[in-house]
Amino acid sequence: MIKARINKIIDSSVVDGPGNRTAIFFQGCNFNCKYCHNPETINHCSNIIQNLSVGEVVEQIKKNIPFIKGITTSGGECTLQKDFLIALFKETKKLGLTNFIDSNGSIRFSDYPDLMEYTNAVMLDIKSICNEEHIELTSKGNKIVLENAKYLASIGKLFEIRTVVIEGYLNNRETVFKITNMLKEYQKIREIRYKIIKYRCLGVRREFKDMKAPSEEEMKNLNHIANENGFTNVLLV
Amino acid sequence: MKIYKDIKETQEAVINIIKNSSLTYEQQTYGLAKLAENQLPYPEGADKKFFELVEKGIICDLDEGHAPYAPRYILPDYEKLIKEGCKFLRLKPAENLTDVINMLLVFYHHVPSVTRFPVYLGSIDKLLDPFIVDELQAREQIKWFLIHLDRTIDDSFSHANIGPEETLAGNIIIDLEKELQNVTPNLTILYDKDKTSNKFAIKCVEASLICANPAFANDKMFREDFKGDYGIASCYNGLPIGGGAFTLSRLRLNKIADNSGSTEEFFNVKLIEAVDSMNKFIESKIKFIVEETPFFKSNFLVTEGFIDIDRFVGLFGMVGMHECVNKLMKLNNKNLCFGKDQEANELGIKILDVIQKRVNSFKSKYGKIWDNRFILHAQVGAANDEGTSPGVRIAIGEEIPIYDHLRQAGMFHKYFPSGIGDHFPFDHTANENPEAVLDIFNGGFASGMRYISAYSEDGDLIRVTGYLVKKSDLEKFNNGQQVSYDTIQYAQEPLNDYGIFDRKVRSTND
Repeated sequence: MIKARINKIIDSSVVDGPGNRTAIFFQGCNFNCKYCHNPETINHCSNIIQNLSVGEVVEQIKKNIPFIKGITTSGGECTLQKDFLIALFKETKKLGLTNFIDSNGSIRFSDYPDLMEYTNAVMLDIKSICNEEHIELTSKGNKIVLENAKYLASIGKLFEIRTVVIEGYLNNRETVFKITNMLKEYQKIREIRYKIIKYRCLGVRREFKDMKAPSEEEMKNLNHIANENGFTNVLLV
Repeated sequence: MKIYKDIKETQEAVINIIKNSSLTYEQQTYGLAKLAENQLPYPEGADKKFFELVEKGIICDLDEGHAPYAPRYILPDYEKLIKEGCKFLRLKPAENLTDVINMLLVFYHHVPSVTRFPVYLGSIDKLLDPFIVDELQAREQIKWFLIHLDRTIDDSFSHANIGPEETLAGNIIIDLEKELQNVTPNLTILYDKDKTSNKFAIKCVEASLICANPAFANDKMFREDFKGDYGIASCYNGLPIGGGAFTLSRLRLNKIADNSGSTEEFFNVKLIEAVDSMNKFIESKIKFIVEETPFFKSNFLVTEGFIDIDRFVGLFGMVGMHECVNKLMKLNNKNLCFGKDQEANELGIKILDVIQKRVNSFKSKYGKIWDNRFILHAQVGAANDEGTSPGVRIAIGEEIPIYDHLRQAGMFHKYFPSGIGDHFPFDHTANENPEAVLDIFNGGFASGMRYISAYSEDGDLIRVTGYLVKKSDLEKFNNGQQVSYDTIQYAQEPLNDYGIFDRKVRSTND
């Protein structure tokens, strides 16, 4: 029986996709982002995690019906436990719920049609458009991430892209410009939202706490850059 | 429930009103009129037992007045006004939007109620929409219509409805609500998942998170209860259109429990005598309005057919269920809490079943539309309610995780066709995802709720117990300044002392 390492389940979340959703945070991540605000989800072992079967997770989700539109799997990086996701999504789909994935985009989604069949949409992190910067920030490159962005957008399953912006340390304008430019032609298939997230030090590891968020004016600039490339639905957080 | 001993006491009360610098002229005039009315004795249903129960805080008449000379809540048939005009007010049938708006404003002025202002303004989107020709012009006119209502109806118990279908007028009204952020009118969308477009419903939620309006009524449920058309009036009262409520009194259930030595005594003696006494009192008030005053014979609303006596009902209200149940649990040496513990919730249902049965066994001379019975009402609460939760709500501070809270509320809502509601504050993250709040509402309705609203934790407008107030107005009133809305006076105690600002939406992760 397949089990997942799960850090937390939040029964009611308004910030993990459209509508009211149950958010499931999986343990373990293959990136190591400097600004990670829940670094306790990176390692595969932790005192507080639960090993849960699909049945056990579904039981908890069922308690939240009829109040939720669907579920969102996040983490950590939930796609590292994709077999569990497929099994889970099959069950939640039967319950009439939508299945969203929050992902760093490190696995090639097009390689997993089974997973895509049961996934309604993905919220994808675009941490940096520049490969070197991406490695510096996360310890991994961004080639597959960008492939994923195009692929998901082309099949109408890219709900949202997200970028955390940091003053000085990241070339925010380049990332925002290039990713929106790359994806603008797909807006006609399905509207893609861009969530531009100000860096916050809450939960961040001590050695990375000194970074700064861009000013309000810079956030507005980034918004404008995205708008100019056809992204009308931009959320500044 | 003041009774004046002698003329000296009355004169003192008069001078206090006249000299009160926190009251507007209108508020003073209203106060003086109430004072005059209250010189008369209560109707005969107020017997020795009744006053005994009043003394104990068990029965409360909400200071409705000793000698009501108009029904408490009136819901005129405004469609009739627009189609046929009004002889008394020399109004012809409406031909354009200017006619409709001005006819309504004129007419509203002549609709009495317990507050002296109209408590029901009609399904304003349905009234206005057929007459919209030029959208831009309509926006301007409707904007001034709404401002006029807010500045002349000094009371947020005045309630307009929209929906269930989306209309251009409905969209204009919601756009304006977001912009104007007025206290009045209180607004409810008669919401039906199958008739209201998702887009419009989300727009309404967005507005609620900005200005606490509109609230959401479960249209299917109300329509079934009233076998057709109904209106939401005053705080959140469901009542027949073309009718209304004669009167409302309420039981403080917690005080009955406080006065009982055991649950047996509560169920077999104290609750029964309180229900019986209040039934008698309500009936005598209805008889007074109908038989001793000329209202139902000579008021133009009646003579021209905008309202019909057969469509009026008496309202049997209650508060303090939370504290009542907890007290009864203690009497049985159980430390169980209403809301948290299912056994306690089931005791609440048992109490309601007993009340419902006893109220239904009382045949009123009036109220044909409801089979000559009174309708139960979960009263929102008022001043002097310290330690008494509104209606059958879970007490502030004792909230349970949100889904459980909604399910628990759903157990009780079916008992109260004439009014019950629950209000939830949301933080700013909900502003970016109003669809999430709508999902929660849909879940609440699917769980048996009939009325629910949201407001922003950080907003200036707050839904007190059912009506709206501005926090900034409370500050003014607390500092002795005048505020044009009467409702600030009723809200002062609940907001300052009853913890309304501490309402919580609990998650399962708390």
